[in-house]
Amino acid sequence: MQDNHDNEAGGRRQFLKCMAWAGAGTLWLMKGGVLRAQPLGDGAATASMADASFSFAQISDSHIGFHKAPNMDVVGTLRASVALVNAQAARPDFLLHTGDLTHLSKPEEFDTLTGVMQESHARKVFYVPGEHDVIGDNGAEFFRRFGERQQTGGWYSFDHRGVHFVGLINVLDLKAGGLGSLGMEQLAWLKKDLAGLSAETPLVVFAHMPLWPLYPPWGWGTDDSAEAMSLLRRFGSVSVLNGHIHQIQQKVEGNITFYTARSTAYPQPAPGVGPGPGPMKEVAPGALHRYLGIRDVRHVQGRQALAVTEEVLS
Amino acid sequence: MKAIARGFARPHALRWHPTVLLALGVLCCVSMASPAAMAASAAASKAMHTQQIEIRNFAFAPATLTVPAGTRVVWTNQDEEPHVITSAGSQFASSKGLDTSDSYAVTFSKPGTYAYYCSIHPMMVGTIIVQ
Repeated sequence: MQDNHDNEAGGRRQFLKCMAWAGAGTLWLMKGGVLRAQPLGDGAATASMADASFSFAQISDSHIGFHKAPNMDVVGTLRASVALVNAQAARPDFLLHTGDLTHLSKPEEFDTLTGVMQESHARKVFYVPGEHDVIGDNGAEFFRRFGERQQTGGWYSFDHRGVHFVGLINVLDLKAGGLGSLGMEQLAWLKKDLAGLSAETPLVVFAHMPLWPLYPPWGWGTDDSAEAMSLLRRFGSVSVLNGHIHQIQQKVEGNITFYTARSTAYPQPAPGVGPGPGPMKEVAPGALHRYLGIRDVRHVQGRQALAVTEEVLS
Repeated sequence: MKAIARGFARPHALRWHPTVLLALGVLCCVSMASPAAMAASAAASKAMHTQQIEIRNFAFAPATLTVPAGTRVVWTNQDEEPHVITSAGSQFASSKGLDTSDSYAVTFSKPGTYAYYCSIHPMMVGTIIVQ
């Protein structure tokens, strides 16, 4: 933690101290149409905000309802993440939650999530569901509470200060033996949604599961992501934000940059390390915060760059 | 289930032989498990074979299980992540979200090949071969 944050009151320092079991998110800086991630709580985030035109924060995989090692208090770590976003000198324009709000799609878990997110100072939170949010009802409860209601399938788009944002759903109608799935209907909509945009429009596309074959043996990918990418390729700056794997992974493919976010609840192992995905149970209580993060994005007008910054709860 | 139980509590029902009640009780329990189990009830009441499938590290073990008709198959989730047992061709009812240590049972009465997967982690696939 940098000294220039210390005047944000002993309270912040105190809650960080109490957050041995903490989780966080990612702070994203939009710089001239290119996204940059920066760990929240890092002094560099404040410095790089100077030339950003706007920022938003990404929170992911809060898994409300999970209560096992290494995190017995996922509500507390989500709450700390929201507080960390609130503590940013420049308020992010909005929050993105990239799915797995809950662990088991239970109404009381959605209730808790809603309660914690109400503590955010952000004017708006955009959500996409994770596979944990659609158990038993194909997401009916999720969409009733958090849906944008633009399309029956739940996907949506919006424009914010010159940047086009697209929220995709890739956790429904999954086929046996497959990965995440967008489906023909959503891909047709995406094509139509992007058709009127000039190639100079910066794009931010977000969905829960990685939209690139990050590690298919563990289900970390989306079967028809290549079709979506073919629609995005003509644009000069495309940032793809995902959750699901509870760790930061990045990949650049031409003008498309892929990022996965940390979880606010618990870390998962690096691709292929160990027998399978799932919580890293052996993380020591004092070390958990290093694995959890918030993402904040700031945008600089007039430049074709977004600044994406990662923050960990440290 | 409740309605049937109340029926048995009426005075005339008390005259029924206890073994009849027991057999009906078994039938009721079996038929609650899944639609597939209803057809299996006759066979199941004679001899209930049970086979276990463990869910661990995002995989079914064994991934392929061969059983005689009438076998009750029980999946138990040993992962911290929830899983949902789903028939690939809607041949049997899906489980609810299985949290850690939760189980789900289906009795397979008819010979055939039953492919299934986890509906939220679809790369997890398994097969039950009923002979």
